[in-house]
Amino acid sequence: MSRINDVGGMVGFPAIVEEPDEPAFHADWEAHVLALNAALIRRGVYNLDEFRDAIERMPPDAYLSSSYYEKWFTAITTLLVEKGVATPEELATPEELATPEELATPEELATPEEPAGG
Amino acid sequence: MSADHHGSSAISERVRHVEALLEARGLVDEGEIDRRIDEFLAGGSPANGARITARAWVDPDFRDRLLADANAAIRELGLSMSGGLQEQRLKVVANTEDEHNVVVCTLCSCYPIALLGPSPAWYKSEAYRSRVVRDPRGVLREFGLELPAGTRISVWDASAESRYMVVPRRPEGTDGMPEEELAGLVTRKGLIGTAAV
Repeated sequence: MSRINDVGGMVGFPAIVEEPDEPAFHADWEAHVLALNAALIRRGVYNLDEFRDAIERMPPDAYLSSSYYEKWFTAITTLLVEKGVATPEELATPEELATPEELATPEELATPEEPAGG
Repeated sequence: MSADHHGSSAISERVRHVEALLEARGLVDEGEIDRRIDEFLAGGSPANGARITARAWVDPDFRDRLLADANAAIRELGLSMSGGLQEQRLKVVANTEDEHNVVVCTLCSCYPIALLGPSPAWYKSEAYRSRVVRDPRGVLREFGLELPAGTRISVWDASAESRYMVVPRRPEGTDGMPEEELAGLVTRKGLIGTAAV
């Protein structure tokens, strides 16, 4: 069964938007997400296929409403929990812990779920 | 929670927090993040794809080798597809009078960064990924590329292990132009296939 990332041929998406300057990153945090991911893969915390899989198994509504590097960050935090590197509580900022509904942004962190093999 | 806490500042706070945690656990070294960002930005440029294209235009034997085994052929120019997290297979496809090629990654955003530099946001968008395989002619028209009705369009869908690059057609009236000058005519969109050159 295909996952939500398999959008080839799907209808209903908006028009393609070309940016005049086409920057590689639209905010500093995006560059940091890219670098964090590279660091964790180089260290063997997880591999590239596990990273792709973590993006592709995002719930469809979260996948479609997340920007490119928001998807990456969701995948990173999902894998850090599943690999036992950190708990969802440790990954949450103090502000998020004070307002738990914010944890719903990366859906996996809000859903109690047994890590698959970790 | 007010709307002010959503969006860019909230996520930048979350990223900073996770980065600090990983540094504290020794999974990320001090200075490593900045170094990796610099490496990424320096790791590729459309100038590389343009050099390959210009060489293919002036050297038919190189063009044949490029279309037969791109990974080997680009090594002749000192380029490689092994700079990333894993070596990627490269297939280069050339536009002709009868056929136009365009590249996409419908599943995510696979792209030959070493040869084209960081990809533009539209290449990674669901809009481009979903539509270019269903209506390539219409999508190319939106990019300002109107192809004759008789031109066949091939859409190449990249994957985790394979990358594609398009060699555009050499523009008319460029006979005798030096190779470096020819390279200057080639754009990133031309190498993806959403522009003529």
